[in-house]
Amino acid sequence: MNKGVMRPGHVQLRVLDMGKALEHYVELLGLIEMDRDDQGRVYLKAWTEVDKFSVVLREADEPGMDFMGFKVVDEASLQQLERDLQAYGCAIEQVPAGELNSCGRRVRFQAPSGHHFELYVDKEYTGKWGVDEVNPEAWPRDLKGMAAVRFDHCLLYGDELQATYELFTEVLGFYLAEQVIDADGTRLAQFLSLSTKAHDVAFIQHAEKGKFHHASFFLETWEDVLRAADLISMTDTSIDIGPTRHGLTHGKTIYFFDPSGNRNEVFSGGDYNYPDHKPVTWLAKDLGKAIFYHDRVLNERFLTVLT
Amino acid sequence: MSNASYEIQEIISGQSFSCLPGQSVLRAMEAQGMHCLPVGCRGGGCGLCKVQVLSGDYRRGRMSCKHISSETVVQGLALACQVFPLSDLTIVSLRQLYEDKPDNKNH
Repeated sequence: MNKGVMRPGHVQLRVLDMGKALEHYVELLGLIEMDRDDQGRVYLKAWTEVDKFSVVLREADEPGMDFMGFKVVDEASLQQLERDLQAYGCAIEQVPAGELNSCGRRVRFQAPSGHHFELYVDKEYTGKWGVDEVNPEAWPRDLKGMAAVRFDHCLLYGDELQATYELFTEVLGFYLAEQVIDADGTRLAQFLSLSTKAHDVAFIQHAEKGKFHHASFFLETWEDVLRAADLISMTDTSIDIGPTRHGLTHGKTIYFFDPSGNRNEVFSGGDYNYPDHKPVTWLAKDLGKAIFYHDRVLNERFLTVLT
Repeated sequence: MSNASYEIQEIISGQSFSCLPGQSVLRAMEAQGMHCLPVGCRGGGCGLCKVQVLSGDYRRGRMSCKHISSETVVQGLALACQVFPLSDLTIVSLRQLYEDKPDNKNH
Protein backbone atom coordinates (compact mmCIF):
# COMPACT_ATOMS: atom_id res chain seq x y z
CA MET A 1 0.00 0.00 0.00
CA ASN A 2 1.26 3.43 -0.92
CA LYS A 3 2.66 5.27 2.10
CA GLY A 4 3.93 8.27 0.18
CA VAL A 5 7.45 6.98 -0.45
CA MET A 6 7.92 7.90 -4.11
CA ARG A 7 11.24 6.79 -5.49
CA PRO A 8 14.97 6.36 -4.96
CA GLY A 9 16.44 9.82 -4.48
CA HIS A 10 20.12 9.45 -3.68
CA VAL A 11 22.93 7.23 -2.59
CA GLN A 12 26.06 8.34 -0.72
CA LEU A 13 29.10 6.25 -1.55
CA ARG A 14 32.51 6.20 0.09
CA VAL A 15 35.50 6.31 -2.24
CA LEU A 16 39.21 5.98 -1.49
CA ASP A 17 40.38 8.70 -3.90
CA MET A 18 38.03 11.47 -5.01
CA GLY A 19 40.03 12.37 -8.11
CA LYS A 20 39.94 8.82 -9.44
CA ALA A 21 36.30 8.46 -8.43
CA LEU A 22 35.29 11.53 -10.43
CA GLU A 23 37.23 10.29 -13.45
CA HIS A 24 35.03 7.18 -13.18
CA TYR A 25 31.62 8.60 -12.29
CA VAL A 26 31.82 11.74 -14.46
CA GLU A 27 34.03 10.86 -17.43
CA LEU A 28 33.08 7.17 -17.77
CA LEU A 29 29.58 6.81 -16.33
CA GLY A 30 28.58 10.24 -17.60
CA LEU A 31 27.17 11.73 -14.40
CA ILE A 32 27.27 15.50 -14.08
CA GLU A 33 28.98 17.30 -11.22
CA MET A 34 26.42 19.59 -9.60
CA ASP A 35 27.98 20.75 -6.33
CA ARG A 36 30.64 20.25 -3.65
CA ASP A 37 30.42 20.92 0.07
CA ASP A 38 32.78 21.93 2.85
CA GLN A 39 33.17 18.29 3.88
CA GLY A 40 34.67 17.64 0.46
CA ARG A 41 31.68 15.66 -0.74
CA VAL A 42 30.88 15.85 -4.45
CA TYR A 43 27.28 15.85 -5.71
CA LEU A 44 26.43 14.23 -9.03
CA LYS A 45 23.35 13.51 -11.09
CA ALA A 46 22.34 11.73 -14.28
CA TRP A 47 20.99 14.03 -16.93
CA THR A 48 17.27 13.06 -16.91
CA GLU A 49 16.90 13.49 -13.16
CA VAL A 50 14.90 16.53 -12.15
CA ASP A 51 16.41 17.09 -8.69
CA LYS A 52 19.84 18.54 -8.10
CA PHE A 53 21.74 15.34 -7.23
CA SER A 54 21.39 11.61 -6.85
CA VAL A 55 24.92 10.39 -6.13
CA VAL A 56 27.06 11.85 -3.37
CA LEU A 57 30.69 10.77 -3.15
CA ARG A 58 32.61 11.02 0.12
CA GLU A 59 36.31 10.30 0.44
CA ALA A 60 37.03 7.79 3.21
CA ASP A 61 39.45 5.03 4.20
CA GLU A 62 36.92 2.30 3.39
CA PRO A 63 34.63 2.08 0.34
CA GLY A 64 30.94 1.15 0.55
CA MET A 65 27.57 2.81 0.97
CA ASP A 66 26.84 5.36 3.70
CA PHE A 67 23.10 5.47 3.02
CA MET A 68 20.41 5.38 0.37
CA GLY A 69 17.64 8.01 0.38
CA PHE A 70 14.05 7.82 -0.85
CA LYS A 71 11.98 10.85 -1.77
CA VAL A 72 8.61 11.17 -0.06
CA VAL A 73 5.66 12.92 -1.69
CA ASP A 74 4.93 15.50 1.03
CA GLU A 75 5.66 16.59 4.60
CA ALA A 76 2.47 15.07 6.04
CA SER A 77 3.44 11.67 4.64
CA LEU A 78 6.96 12.04 6.02
CA GLN A 79 5.60 12.81 9.49
CA GLN A 80 3.30 9.78 9.30
CA LEU A 81 6.21 7.61 8.17
CA GLU A 82 8.28 8.85 11.13
CA ARG A 83 5.50 7.81 13.49
CA ASP A 84 5.06 4.48 11.73
CA LEU A 85 8.79 3.71 11.82
CA GLN A 86 8.93 4.44 15.54
CA ALA A 87 5.78 2.45 16.25
CA TYR A 88 7.37 -0.42 14.37
CA GLY A 89 10.34 -0.23 16.75
CA CYS A 90 12.75 1.38 14.33
CA ALA A 91 14.98 4.06 15.83
CA ILE A 92 15.09 7.21 13.73
CA GLU A 93 17.66 9.96 13.51
CA GLN A 94 16.86 13.50 12.39
CA VAL A 95 19.29 14.93 9.88
CA PRO A 96 18.74 18.68 9.58
CA ALA A 97 18.03 20.50 6.33
CA GLY A 98 21.21 21.61 4.62
CA GLU A 99 23.38 18.75 5.93
CA LEU A 100 23.36 17.74 2.29
CA ASN A 101 23.46 20.88 0.16
CA SER A 102 20.10 21.83 -1.36
CA CYS A 103 18.28 19.04 0.50
CA GLY A 104 15.61 19.38 3.16
CA ARG A 105 15.47 17.52 6.44
CA ARG A 106 16.03 13.80 6.31
CA VAL A 107 14.75 11.02 8.54
CA ARG A 108 17.40 8.32 8.84
CA PHE A 109 16.92 4.77 10.06
CA GLN A 110 18.73 1.46 9.97
CA ALA A 111 17.03 -1.53 8.40
CA PRO A 112 17.42 -4.98 10.03
CA SER A 113 19.80 -5.82 7.15
CA GLY A 114 22.20 -3.29 8.65
CA HIS A 115 21.88 -0.66 5.92
CA HIS A 116 21.08 2.98 6.58
CA PHE A 117 18.21 4.58 4.69
CA GLU A 118 16.74 8.05 4.65
CA LEU A 119 13.42 9.63 3.78
CA TYR A 120 13.14 13.24 2.67
CA VAL A 121 10.67 15.51 0.90
CA ASP A 122 12.59 18.50 -0.39
CA LYS A 123 15.50 18.76 -2.75
CA GLU A 124 16.24 21.60 -5.12
CA TYR A 125 14.46 21.03 -8.43
CA THR A 126 16.97 21.90 -11.12
CA GLY A 127 15.17 20.12 -13.97
CA LYS A 128 16.67 17.77 -16.51
CA TRP A 129 20.24 18.70 -17.27
CA GLY A 130 21.12 20.23 -20.60
CA VAL A 131 17.65 20.42 -22.14
CA ASP A 132 15.06 23.18 -22.01
CA GLU A 133 12.02 22.80 -19.79
CA VAL A 134 9.71 23.68 -22.70
CA ASN A 135 10.12 21.90 -26.02
CA PRO A 136 13.00 19.80 -24.69
CA GLU A 137 15.34 18.21 -27.22
CA ALA A 138 15.81 14.42 -27.09
CA TRP A 139 19.08 14.60 -25.19
CA PRO A 140 21.90 17.01 -24.47
CA ARG A 141 24.73 16.78 -26.98
CA ASP A 142 27.59 17.19 -24.52
CA LEU A 143 27.08 14.11 -22.33
CA LYS A 144 30.15 12.07 -21.46
CA GLY A 145 30.98 8.37 -21.53
CA MET A 146 28.06 6.02 -20.97
CA ALA A 147 25.68 8.99 -20.63
CA ALA A 148 23.78 7.31 -17.76
CA VAL A 149 20.08 8.18 -17.91
CA ARG A 150 19.23 7.91 -14.21
CA PHE A 151 20.30 6.41 -10.90
CA ASP A 152 17.94 3.45 -10.74
CA HIS A 153 18.42 1.21 -7.70
CA CYS A 154 20.88 -0.39 -5.26
CA LEU A 155 21.40 -4.07 -4.49
CA LEU A 156 22.43 -4.63 -0.90
CA TYR A 157 23.70 -7.70 0.96
CA GLY A 158 22.83 -8.38 4.59
CA ASP A 159 20.97 -10.69 6.93
CA GLU A 160 17.49 -10.51 8.50
CA LEU A 161 15.83 -10.51 5.09
CA GLN A 162 12.37 -11.29 6.44
CA ALA A 163 12.41 -8.46 8.98
CA THR A 164 13.72 -6.11 6.30
CA TYR A 165 10.94 -7.26 3.97
CA GLU A 166 8.33 -6.53 6.60
CA LEU A 167 9.74 -3.08 7.29
CA PHE A 168 9.85 -2.14 3.62
CA THR A 169 6.44 -3.53 2.71
CA GLU A 170 4.37 -2.82 5.82
CA VAL A 171 5.86 0.48 6.93
CA LEU A 172 7.32 2.03 3.79
CA GLY A 173 4.83 0.75 1.22
CA PHE A 174 7.14 -1.17 -1.10
CA TYR A 175 5.86 -4.35 -2.78
CA LEU A 176 7.68 -7.57 -3.63
CA ALA A 177 8.35 -7.62 -7.37
CA GLU A 178 10.72 -10.57 -7.70
CA GLN A 179 12.25 -13.13 -5.33
CA VAL A 180 14.52 -16.15 -5.03
CA ILE A 181 13.41 -18.88 -2.65
CA ASP A 182 15.19 -22.02 -1.50
CA ALA A 183 13.76 -25.54 -1.19
CA ASP A 184 12.33 -24.68 2.24
CA GLY A 185 10.55 -21.62 0.89
CA THR A 186 12.95 -19.24 2.60
CA ARG A 187 13.49 -16.07 0.63
CA LEU A 188 17.15 -15.54 -0.27
CA ALA A 189 16.67 -12.51 -2.49
CA GLN A 190 13.96 -9.86 -2.55
CA PHE A 191 13.48 -7.21 -5.18
CA LEU A 192 11.28 -4.44 -3.80
CA SER A 193 9.58 -1.73 -5.80
CA LEU A 194 7.57 1.46 -5.36
CA SER A 195 6.72 1.76 -9.01
CA THR A 196 6.22 -0.27 -12.17
CA LYS A 197 9.98 -0.94 -12.13
CA ALA A 198 11.31 -4.43 -11.30
CA HIS A 199 13.21 -3.00 -8.35
CA ASP A 200 13.86 0.26 -6.56
CA VAL A 201 15.97 -1.54 -3.95
CA ALA A 202 16.95 -5.20 -3.63
CA PHE A 203 18.40 -7.36 -0.89
CA ILE A 204 20.28 -10.66 -0.98
CA GLN A 205 20.83 -12.85 2.07
CA HIS A 206 24.37 -12.58 3.42
CA ALA A 207 25.76 -13.35 6.87
CA GLU A 208 27.41 -9.96 7.32
CA LYS A 209 25.17 -6.93 7.77
CA GLY A 210 25.25 -3.72 5.81
CA LYS A 211 27.23 -4.72 2.74
CA PHE A 212 27.01 -2.92 -0.59
CA HIS A 213 26.75 -4.91 -3.81
CA HIS A 214 26.07 -2.29 -6.46
CA ALA A 215 24.50 0.98 -7.48
CA SER A 216 22.73 0.73 -10.81
CA PHE A 217 22.16 3.24 -13.57
CA PHE A 218 19.64 2.99 -16.39
CA LEU A 219 20.49 3.10 -20.09
CA GLU A 220 17.94 3.11 -22.88
CA THR A 221 18.99 0.24 -25.09
CA TRP A 222 21.02 -2.94 -25.39
CA GLU A 223 23.21 -1.05 -27.86
CA ASP A 224 23.96 1.44 -25.08
CA VAL A 225 24.98 -1.44 -22.79
CA LEU A 226 27.32 -2.74 -25.50
CA ARG A 227 28.77 0.74 -25.93
CA ALA A 228 29.26 0.91 -22.15
CA ALA A 229 31.21 -2.35 -22.39
CA ASP A 230 33.38 -0.79 -25.11
CA LEU A 231 34.10 2.18 -22.86
CA ILE A 232 34.96 -0.16 -19.96
CA SER A 233 37.61 -1.76 -22.17
CA MET A 234 38.87 1.54 -23.59
CA THR A 235 39.44 2.89 -20.08
CA ASP A 236 40.83 -0.41 -18.70
CA THR A 237 38.13 -0.29 -16.05
CA SER A 238 37.82 -3.33 -13.78
CA ILE A 239 34.95 -5.47 -15.12
CA ASP A 240 32.87 -7.98 -13.20
CA ILE A 241 30.64 -9.63 -15.80
CA GLY A 242 28.69 -8.89 -18.96
CA PRO A 243 27.27 -7.72 -21.19
CA THR A 244 24.61 -10.33 -20.49
CA ARG A 245 21.00 -10.71 -19.40
CA HIS A 246 19.62 -11.41 -15.95
CA GLY A 247 16.94 -14.03 -15.36
CA LEU A 248 15.73 -11.98 -12.41
CA THR A 249 14.15 -8.80 -13.85
CA HIS A 250 15.31 -9.89 -17.36
CA GLY A 251 17.40 -6.72 -17.53
CA LYS A 252 20.26 -6.49 -20.04
CA THR A 253 23.29 -5.61 -18.04
CA ILE A 254 26.98 -5.13 -17.44
CA TYR A 255 28.79 -4.91 -14.10
CA PHE A 256 32.05 -3.15 -13.38
CA PHE A 257 33.89 -1.57 -10.47
CA ASP A 258 34.72 1.99 -9.56
CA PRO A 259 38.39 2.67 -8.66
CA SER A 260 37.62 2.01 -4.97
CA GLY A 261 36.01 -1.37 -5.61
CA ASN A 262 32.37 -0.31 -5.36
CA ARG A 263 30.41 -2.22 -7.98
CA ASN A 264 28.33 -0.36 -10.56
CA GLU A 265 25.77 -1.68 -13.03
CA VAL A 266 24.39 -0.13 -16.17
CA PHE A 267 21.39 -1.88 -17.65
CA SER A 268 18.52 -1.55 -20.10
CA GLY A 269 15.05 -3.05 -20.33
CA GLY A 270 13.65 -5.26 -17.62
CA ASP A 271 10.28 -6.42 -16.40
CA TYR A 272 7.43 -4.12 -15.36
CA ASN A 273 4.65 -4.59 -12.81
CA TYR A 274 1.20 -3.30 -12.01
CA PRO A 275 -0.59 -3.88 -8.70
CA ASP A 276 -2.40 -6.96 -10.04
CA HIS A 277 0.90 -8.70 -10.87
CA LYS A 278 2.09 -11.53 -8.66
CA PRO A 279 5.74 -11.58 -7.59
CA VAL A 280 8.08 -13.33 -10.01
CA THR A 281 9.78 -16.29 -8.34
CA TRP A 282 13.09 -17.96 -9.13
CA LEU A 283 14.30 -21.09 -7.35
CA ALA A 284 17.63 -21.08 -5.54
CA LYS A 285 18.62 -24.31 -7.29
CA ASP A 286 18.50 -22.35 -10.54
CA LEU A 287 20.35 -19.34 -9.14
CA GLY A 288 22.94 -19.42 -11.91
CA LYS A 289 20.28 -18.88 -14.55
CA ALA A 290 18.39 -16.44 -12.34
CA ILE A 291 21.40 -14.17 -12.13
CA PHE A 292 23.17 -14.81 -15.45
CA TYR A 293 20.55 -15.99 -17.90
CA HIS A 294 22.99 -16.98 -20.66
CA ASP A 295 25.93 -18.56 -18.81
CA ARG A 296 23.50 -20.22 -16.33
CA VAL A 297 26.50 -20.47 -14.00
CA LEU A 298 27.29 -18.18 -11.12
CA ASN A 299 30.38 -16.08 -11.22
CA GLU A 300 31.55 -16.49 -7.62
CA ARG A 301 32.85 -12.95 -7.63
CA PHE A 302 29.31 -11.66 -8.06
CA LEU A 303 28.31 -13.24 -4.76
CA THR A 304 31.42 -12.59 -2.72
CA VAL A 305 32.91 -9.26 -3.76
CA LEU A 306 31.26 -6.56 -1.67
CA THR A 307 32.20 -3.25 -0.12
CA MET B 1 64.97 0.36 -18.07
CA SER B 2 61.49 0.76 -19.53
CA ASN B 3 61.39 -2.89 -20.53
CA ALA B 4 62.53 -4.14 -17.15
CA SER B 5 60.13 -6.37 -15.29
CA TYR B 6 60.08 -7.89 -11.86
CA GLU B 7 59.61 -11.50 -10.87
CA ILE B 8 56.74 -12.20 -8.47
CA GLN B 9 56.70 -15.52 -6.67
CA GLU B 10 53.64 -16.76 -4.83
CA ILE B 11 54.53 -19.32 -2.17
CA ILE B 12 51.40 -21.45 -1.76
CA SER B 13 50.92 -22.20 -5.45
CA GLY B 14 54.60 -22.12 -6.26
CA GLN B 15 53.72 -20.02 -9.32
CA SER B 16 55.75 -17.09 -10.48
CA PHE B 17 55.07 -14.41 -13.05
CA SER B 18 56.58 -11.18 -14.27
CA CYS B 19 55.25 -7.72 -13.49
CA LEU B 20 55.99 -4.53 -15.40
CA PRO B 21 56.94 -1.33 -13.58
CA GLY B 22 53.72 0.52 -12.74
CA GLN B 23 51.61 -2.62 -13.11
CA SER B 24 49.88 -4.10 -10.09
CA VAL B 25 50.76 -7.62 -9.00
CA LEU B 26 47.14 -8.71 -9.51
CA ARG B 27 46.88 -7.29 -13.05
CA ALA B 28 50.20 -8.90 -13.96
CA MET B 29 48.95 -12.27 -12.71
CA GLU B 30 45.72 -11.92 -14.67
CA ALA B 31 47.55 -10.82 -17.82
CA GLN B 32 49.57 -14.05 -17.73
CA GLY B 33 46.53 -16.24 -17.25
CA MET B 34 47.41 -17.32 -13.74
CA HIS B 35 45.04 -17.89 -10.86
CA CYS B 36 47.13 -18.04 -7.71
CA LEU B 37 45.31 -15.01 -6.25
CA PRO B 38 41.54 -14.51 -6.28
CA VAL B 39 40.42 -11.51 -8.34
CA GLY B 40 37.72 -9.24 -6.96
CA CYS B 41 37.18 -5.53 -7.48
CA ARG B 42 40.80 -4.68 -8.45
CA GLY B 43 40.30 -1.38 -6.62
CA GLY B 44 41.55 -1.99 -3.08
CA GLY B 45 38.02 -2.29 -1.77
CA CYS B 46 36.83 -5.88 -1.43
CA GLY B 47 39.86 -7.53 0.20
CA LEU B 48 39.78 -10.71 -1.86
CA CYS B 49 43.36 -10.49 -3.16
CA LYS B 50 44.94 -10.03 0.29
CA VAL B 51 48.57 -11.07 0.44
CA GLN B 52 51.57 -10.82 2.69
CA VAL B 53 54.70 -9.54 1.01
CA LEU B 54 57.56 -11.59 2.46
CA SER B 55 60.39 -9.86 0.63
CA GLY B 56 61.01 -7.07 -1.84
CA ASP B 57 60.24 -3.39 -2.27
CA TYR B 58 56.99 -2.04 -3.60
CA ARG B 59 54.75 1.00 -3.75
CA ARG B 60 51.29 0.77 -2.17
CA GLY B 61 48.11 2.19 -3.66
CA ARG B 62 45.07 3.01 -1.52
CA MET B 63 43.37 0.09 0.22
CA SER B 64 40.29 -0.21 2.38
CA CYS B 65 41.18 0.11 6.07
CA LYS B 66 38.60 -2.62 6.70
CA HIS B 67 40.95 -5.14 5.10
CA ILE B 68 44.38 -3.59 5.69
CA SER B 69 44.74 -1.66 8.92
CA SER B 70 47.65 0.69 9.47
CA GLU B 71 49.09 -1.68 12.10
CA THR B 72 49.35 -4.56 9.65
CA VAL B 73 51.22 -2.56 7.00
CA VAL B 74 54.53 -3.23 8.77
CA GLN B 75 53.84 -6.96 8.52
CA GLY B 76 53.68 -6.57 4.74
CA LEU B 77 49.94 -7.15 4.51
CA ALA B 78 48.46 -5.64 1.36
CA LEU B 79 45.93 -6.12 -1.41
CA ALA B 80 47.71 -7.40 -4.52
CA CYS B 81 45.67 -5.08 -6.76
CA GLN B 82 47.39 -2.15 -5.01
CA VAL B 83 50.91 -3.55 -4.86
CA PHE B 84 53.24 -2.02 -7.46
CA PRO B 85 56.66 -3.74 -7.37
CA LEU B 86 59.94 -1.85 -7.24
CA SER B 87 61.95 -5.10 -7.09
CA ASP B 88 61.32 -8.83 -7.31
CA LEU B 89 58.74 -9.86 -4.70
CA THR B 90 57.92 -12.99 -2.74
CA ILE B 91 54.28 -13.03 -1.66
CA VAL B 92 51.84 -15.40 -0.03
CA SER B 93 48.11 -15.42 -0.73
CA LEU B 94 46.02 -15.05 2.42
CA ARG B 95 42.67 -15.88 0.81
CA GLN B 96 41.99 -19.25 -0.73
CA LEU B 97 39.98 -19.48 -3.92
CA TYR B 98 36.42 -19.47 -2.66
CA GLU B 99 37.11 -22.56 -0.57
CA ASP B 100 34.31 -21.81 1.90
CA LYS B 101 31.63 -20.78 -0.54
CA PRO B 102 29.11 -20.64 -2.04
CA ASP B 103 26.65 -19.90 0.74
CA ASN B 104 28.77 -17.46 2.78
CA LYS B 105 27.43 -19.05 5.97
CA ASN B 106 30.80 -19.39 7.57
CA HIS B 107 31.74 -15.71 7.29
